[in-house]
Amino acid sequence: MPVEPAVTVDQLVKTYGATRAVDGISFALAAGSITALLGGNGAGKTTTIAMILGLVMPTSGGVRVLGAEMPRQRYQVLHRMNFESPYIDMPHRLTVRQNLTVFGRLYAVADLAGRIADLAAQLDLAEFLDRPSGKLSAGQKTRVALAKALINQPDVLLLDEPTASLDPDTADWVRERLERFRKRHGATVLLASHNMAEVERLCERVIMMKRGRIEDDDTPARLLTRYGRQTLEEVFLDVARGRGEAREAAQ
Amino acid sequence: MSDTFGLTLAPHRVGAMVLRYIYLLRSSWPRILELVYWPTMQLFVWGFLQLYISQNAGFFARAGGVFIGAVLLWDILFRGQLGFSVSFLEEMWARNLGNLMISPLRPIEFVAALMIMSIVRLAIGMVPVTLLAIAFFGFNIYSLGFALAAFFANLILTSWSVGILVSGVLLRNGMGAESLAWTLMFVLMPLTCVYYPVATLPSWLQVVAWSLPPTYVFEGMRALVISHEFRADLMLQACALNAVYFSAAVVSFLQLLKSARRQGSLMQSGE
Repeated sequence: MPVEPAVTVDQLVKTYGATRAVDGISFALAAGSITALLGGNGAGKTTTIAMILGLVMPTSGGVRVLGAEMPRQRYQVLHRMNFESPYIDMPHRLTVRQNLTVFGRLYAVADLAGRIADLAAQLDLAEFLDRPSGKLSAGQKTRVALAKALINQPDVLLLDEPTASLDPDTADWVRERLERFRKRHGATVLLASHNMAEVERLCERVIMMKRGRIEDDDTPARLLTRYGRQTLEEVFLDVARGRGEAREAAQ
Repeated sequence: MSDTFGLTLAPHRVGAMVLRYIYLLRSSWPRILELVYWPTMQLFVWGFLQLYISQNAGFFARAGGVFIGAVLLWDILFRGQLGFSVSFLEEMWARNLGNLMISPLRPIEFVAALMIMSIVRLAIGMVPVTLLAIAFFGFNIYSLGFALAAFFANLILTSWSVGILVSGVLLRNGMGAESLAWTLMFVLMPLTCVYYPVATLPSWLQVVAWSLPPTYVFEGMRALVISHEFRADLMLQACALNAVYFSAAVVSFLQLLKSARRQGSLMQSGE
């Protein structure tokens, strides 16, 4: 029997006035897969993720997450999802432990103290667990945001530029923890990123967006072969500058 | 359990949000000081004014406590709304709204937590001030007994209605609408006749005044302090109006939230 995808996006459109932020995209994410949503600024990645989360209502088309239609049936599945983005924050005056306690209770996490202790160990939070979140460095804040995103051990995890503004060492550390979580828990991960090294390392599939549309969708290896490039960054530039279309037209 | 429309109310999620605001208050003494500061200043200004005119006018000598009663009840109305709205604003200032909106927290649970926090903040601010009113001006608001409970219930319901509406506008329009949270209630001050009888207003404005629940409370307070008569009829009319306004505010909030989802403004609700 075929397994239903964890996330299905079908002919999704979002317009703001005359602007088509997302322009009729479709894709499905297999359960347990890790996929990158790649694209330049204004490509529609964040809007797509927001519609998958039920934060933004589509103009037309549909999104299904774990069998629930979004945003109409979002409360059936929000406890099985989570999200991390550098563009949303956690209360600065609350300590890390207090923030994780509040979110753990919102997600009805069983044995919350134990779960916070586990996350503190896995993400090296112990030394600043009782420090106000606003007094942490950028790297520490990212680790706390990741802890919040993993507090409910989500089946679907959406990440919007999870390593933006981090130094290479911390970014690599975060990627390693994400990879470990996905392997252990079998979660479906969708990752919006500008960081090609991150995508090459983590993702088994890349969806490339440009001006609200999907320009390409394949494994990193096949994309490299098809574009005749050595790195995904070169592929990204080809797509961003329209060289892919030019090559296809020439062929 | 299926909850397509998000209308269930889970105490553990309401409790989580209340805990979040308690943590915040505990971490910031200026926030607690601010809750007490303005009601105290108001009390002293109006209390001394009442003392002065009661020494010079026979009517006010007989009606001791009208101004102090009015200022305390006005503060329940104003601080109740502010307690609700400021707790909501804390989420916007902290850029935390996105985290809450993608969590299982239902809008109704969020509103319930804000209502509880409005009472908590009101208690922190008003209990010391009512004790100062006894100590400095001999006005014991607690001696009003059941009437005080009726006044409080009606005023807090109105304050929540305004707070819910303002929160909806903030969700839909972002921080550009922040000033509404601080100023909207002042529109009600002249219209609800906090310090003077409704009969003082021109007749056409009296119609507007009687459409607002707090007018009944302030008239009721004056009847109690001056004539020693509890006007249950006024409280029942205020309660009926409050039921209408509160329902309208909740429906408006849900509609504004829906509109915010359409406009994508939940993603851009920071400072």
